[in-house]
Amino acid sequence: MGKTSVASALASLAVEQGQRVLIVELDPVGALAAALETPTLRFQPQSFAPTGWAMAMDTEAALAEYLRLFVKLPVLGRLGPLARTFDFVAQAAPGVREILTIGKLCHEVRQQHYDLVVVDAPASGHVVELLNAPRVVHDLVHMGMVQQQTAWMLAIVEDPVQTGVVLVTTPEELPVNETIEMMGRWRNETQVRVAAVVANRVLPESFGAPEQAVFDALADATRADVVIDRLGAGAPTAVAATQWAVARRRLAATHLARLRQFVAAEPPLVLLPDVPVRAGGRRLVTQLCEHLTFELDVVP
Amino acid sequence: MTPSDLAGVCATRDLIVVCGAGGVGKTTIAAAMAVTAAVEQGGRVLVLTVDPARRLADALGVSEVGNAQYQVPLPSHHGAEPRGELWAAMLDARAGWDELVTRHAPNPSVRDRLLSNPLYRDVTGRFAHSHEYLAMERLHEVHTQGRYDLVIVDTPPSNHAIDVLDAPGRMVDFFQSRLLRWLTVPSRSTLAGLASRPFYQVLDRVLGARFGEDLAEMFALLAELRPGFVARAGEVRQLLADQRTGYVVVSTVDDVAMGEAHTLAASLRARSLAPAAVVLNRGVPPLMAEAVKDHTAVELRRRSHDDDVMDALAHELSASRDVVATVVREMAERLDDIEVLAVRERQRYEEATHLAPVVVRVPTLDIDVTDVSALSRVGRSLWSAQSGGAD
Repeated sequence: MGKTSVASALASLAVEQGQRVLIVELDPVGALAAALETPTLRFQPQSFAPTGWAMAMDTEAALAEYLRLFVKLPVLGRLGPLARTFDFVAQAAPGVREILTIGKLCHEVRQQHYDLVVVDAPASGHVVELLNAPRVVHDLVHMGMVQQQTAWMLAIVEDPVQTGVVLVTTPEELPVNETIEMMGRWRNETQVRVAAVVANRVLPESFGAPEQAVFDALADATRADVVIDRLGAGAPTAVAATQWAVARRRLAATHLARLRQFVAAEPPLVLLPDVPVRAGGRRLVTQLCEHLTFELDVVP
Repeated sequence: MTPSDLAGVCATRDLIVVCGAGGVGKTTIAAAMAVTAAVEQGGRVLVLTVDPARRLADALGVSEVGNAQYQVPLPSHHGAEPRGELWAAMLDARAGWDELVTRHAPNPSVRDRLLSNPLYRDVTGRFAHSHEYLAMERLHEVHTQGRYDLVIVDTPPSNHAIDVLDAPGRMVDFFQSRLLRWLTVPSRSTLAGLASRPFYQVLDRVLGARFGEDLAEMFALLAELRPGFVARAGEVRQLLADQRTGYVVVSTVDDVAMGEAHTLAASLRARSLAPAAVVLNRGVPPLMAEAVKDHTAVELRRRSHDDDVMDALAHELSASRDVVATVVREMAERLDDIEVLAVRERQRYEEATHLAPVVVRVPTLDIDVTDVSALSRVGRSLWSAQSGGAD
């Protein structure tokens, strides 16, 4: 879907606006470092732009930080290696990882060291559980420290002014189906706002009506000899290639139309073009950022 | 003997695990392999998805896929009856856990108490990542039933695909950990005693008292399930490392997808396993790759600027010269796009030959793969493998 590229482009755009931005990668083998062309990302944020920092989520480090800042438990020293205890708890009660992740993200928002925290989240379904974790635990645990902890997390995650989910998709059958399904889940299962849907890798239509008529005439098999005579021996292949490209674009257009119909007026649907770059990295991020500036009508 | 194409890979394995980055078309490739293996090679073939998003259901046109296995109607084979049968199934995480607990619980009391533990419900039902092990145990179960000649399993995106492979080992580690024994064994009979251990005192302070008690009960009950789990997880681990299990890594020419293909191949090698094949999906149709070699785009562009040629063609098509020239230049541009893709595809192909003995290229389709006949079209290009250093 180009989730990491779009997240990087959003972060870059905010940096260009003069904001202090933290971009966080949740996937342990993610591609954010490659997109931003930084060294391997760590829990400790590193700078990728004058006011931009990037970090990789590490739930164990987040736990250590949490215990140090909030619990202040000297008894921990006697519980054996933290890592082993953590693995144990995290495996036995899988929600622990989610809570630590979301807790770290909310902590960064609350600290206000940054104006914007961009999260490059894992593939589709898991992110609902992730953002829902404070709600689940909040409803499950009726007292104690976690109750208080999840309360302030919820105040951030479920505040439409502070938190918004951006769904990234491509104009293809299954990604659009999944996006529609995901929007339903966000609306029905969570109280988190979907702020925007981004359709990435959109190809423009090749032909208007007059061009299409001429192309159809060129593609007419009965004219093959004439076409080869005028355009060369490679013309039939070029015609086939163009038909293939046109068909793919039409197909993409139908899925985009389906998405547009579902999304309707809210949230905004942002289109990003397919950017033909030789390689990924900063070049792709820069170009997507330029398109975002234009699409979102941001004043530079 | 190393198979030289995907047909050979399918013919020599009982179980094929299809892995790769998200969005590369893994589900479609897995389903297409299953359709083609069933049609061409015969036998009973099952395609099993462990992806929580209901993609396989879309691809197969099957709306209700659950833990049950459904037969999928197959197209004819060269005008005759298809040689084999195709079945499809998808895992439901919660039902799966209930089944596991029912199977491994030493007695009905443990089973019922675990099933009614409030944390058990939330942990298995509402949080992600709890079903990777289940996927593998389910796979093992289906395999040992002996109902199928070939089981093709689709997996969640890359980092989770590794989680799936790791799951049996982690489950064994968990149940055999000294920590679990330390927490549960000495006071198994009295939950109050258990909840008073220092670990739970910390938990109580952090999580609140009831949460700690529920968690303690869940651990104690889970510990009862240990013997069954450990034995089964060992068998699952063996199955995943068996010679008859093959790994097919799906990628596109995209940097991210190829990066994950490398990571996956490396994780497989770290387990003394290796990918049997790499499928390079969403490439250039073979015919069009030819046009690129012949510099057709350059020729088209040259002629589009030749007024005499354009005038003549416009006359023959009864159209305006400008529109004709625009169309010809557009055709040249589409060929340029294809050239960019073809160059990257060749480079990726070369890279992929270092990851697996079989590399198969599948062209981008200009239709949606939403039914079995479209799947068999994909399957045909998988089978007609331009593989094994054909370049």
